[in-house]
Amino acid sequence: MKKSLPILIVILLAVLPLIGLSSYLMHIFILVIIYSMIGMAWNLLGGYCGQVSFGHAAFFGVGAYTAGLLYSKLGVSPWWGLILSVFVVTAFSLVIGFICLRLRGPYFALATLAMGEVLRVTSENLVKFTGGDVGILLRERTWVGKTWFYYIILLLAIGAFLLVKKVIESKLGYYFVSIREDQDAAESLGIDTTFYKTIALCLSGAIAGLAGAFYTNYMGYIDPKVVFNLHDISIVTIMVVMVGGVATYWGPTIGAIIMVFLAELIRSNPGLGAAHQTLFGILLIFIIIFLPNGIVGDFRKIIRLFKPRGALR
Amino acid sequence: MSLLRANGVTKIFGGLVALSNVTFSANKGEILGLIGPNGAGKTTLFNVVNGFYAPSKGEVFFKEERISHLKPHQICKLGIGRTFQVVKPLQRMTVLDNVIASAFLRAKNKAQAEEIAVEALRFTGLYEDRNIISKGLPLGKRKRLEVTRALATKPEMLLMDESFAGLNPTEINDQIEIIRQIKSKGITIMVIEHHMRVIMSISDRIVILNYGEKIAEGTPSEIGKNPLVIEAYLGEAESA
Repeated sequence: MKKSLPILIVILLAVLPLIGLSSYLMHIFILVIIYSMIGMAWNLLGGYCGQVSFGHAAFFGVGAYTAGLLYSKLGVSPWWGLILSVFVVTAFSLVIGFICLRLRGPYFALATLAMGEVLRVTSENLVKFTGGDVGILLRERTWVGKTWFYYIILLLAIGAFLLVKKVIESKLGYYFVSIREDQDAAESLGIDTTFYKTIALCLSGAIAGLAGAFYTNYMGYIDPKVVFNLHDISIVTIMVVMVGGVATYWGPTIGAIIMVFLAELIRSNPGLGAAHQTLFGILLIFIIIFLPNGIVGDFRKIIRLFKPRGALR
Repeated sequence: MSLLRANGVTKIFGGLVALSNVTFSANKGEILGLIGPNGAGKTTLFNVVNGFYAPSKGEVFFKEERISHLKPHQICKLGIGRTFQVVKPLQRMTVLDNVIASAFLRAKNKAQAEEIAVEALRFTGLYEDRNIISKGLPLGKRKRLEVTRALATKPEMLLMDESFAGLNPTEINDQIEIIRQIKSKGITIMVIEHHMRVIMSISDRIVILNYGEKIAEGTPSEIGKNPLVIEAYLGEAESA
């Protein structure tokens, strides 16, 4: 059962577009997969390696703009951005790592927060290069329907999932967790913490950037306020992982399903829509208090809660 | 032959002189005790040897190679392992995984790392506890886990910072036994300890620090009679 479950889920996800869901629902599913992918990226750096980033929109946005600029500046199909973004974002991560990874804990978090915002403001103002607030519009779309987009992002996300799993089960994974638990102890056990933190950052950045490059192709339009968004990307990504389960394989996916559907539910209600950030904040408080390890991490706790124990409760 | 040699090591934090012109050496295969009152600079000295702090003045040599400009992970790779005063196990990992994480230093792949880890766990007697999440270990075993992790990096020299603090008498005897076994493997040990009975019984030689200066050095019996030591530990000689 346990072994066949992932295969079952993949088959289920593969046949999902064939049952004739509405275009809106397909859009939601694609969003879920995009967020779960950014979540996996964040989880690798923040969950396993302990370097909490408040600026994953930076990687996502750089990936998105790599694809967008390929199209607007060079006239190349933005799909090439999927490949190029990996290299661009890795190079970008190396620079960011060099600057930020000497900082620890909250200082690193603040530096990444600044990084995302700096990129947003910069791309807003480099009008000649990025088009500024006008953004980049892809005039011809590859497909009108959602089905192929769905399969592509599904494939990318499965790839990211397997990559994270492979990395975490290897020497890198042990080193990442060692660094998270105690950087000084890790150092004195022979782990070059700066080097391995940089690797975690590059891997994490590359996955988030890939999701960004896909986003450009999928949406056909990007602007700085959307792809470098502090709340909708950087913060929601953290929430996705927190809700789903930090440092678990399935956490980002579960978290993305919940967060995206919840966001749609709240936004579609005119009375609540304006307060959706507030509601997210309250949700986060509840998660931290009652399920500090997220839904996947505290799954047994949740099961116990719902099990009728007769007189006990 | 001296394996580790510190030459006039001085460490200054702002206006505070934590170590002042400390010179000592540890010979291959011996157990060197390091004692002194609280705040004497013992852990600072470890941090200098281990590479966390660069000395303000002076140099440290390991196997005649200057190491006082290297980072901790490089020094560990050269063969100096270290345990911490406040134990720092990887809380959410099993005991085995903890040791595997440090065994990777000398292993080519995971299978080999696991082999080294299992060997180290058997050596320190933690093999039976290998599947326990290390958060749940009692203090005595957590201290032993620290030693196991350091041993899994296959050191030639081991720095042990208060490996006995907070242990009950049985655990202390176990820990002494392990230190003796480590010594019999040919690993040089430098140990910080407050527990006088322990330090006197295990050390081949003892170095004493007070206010950042080395005030005496010698065999346990010499140290026991040294008036400077008695003064540092018990106050003025007359009142002691």
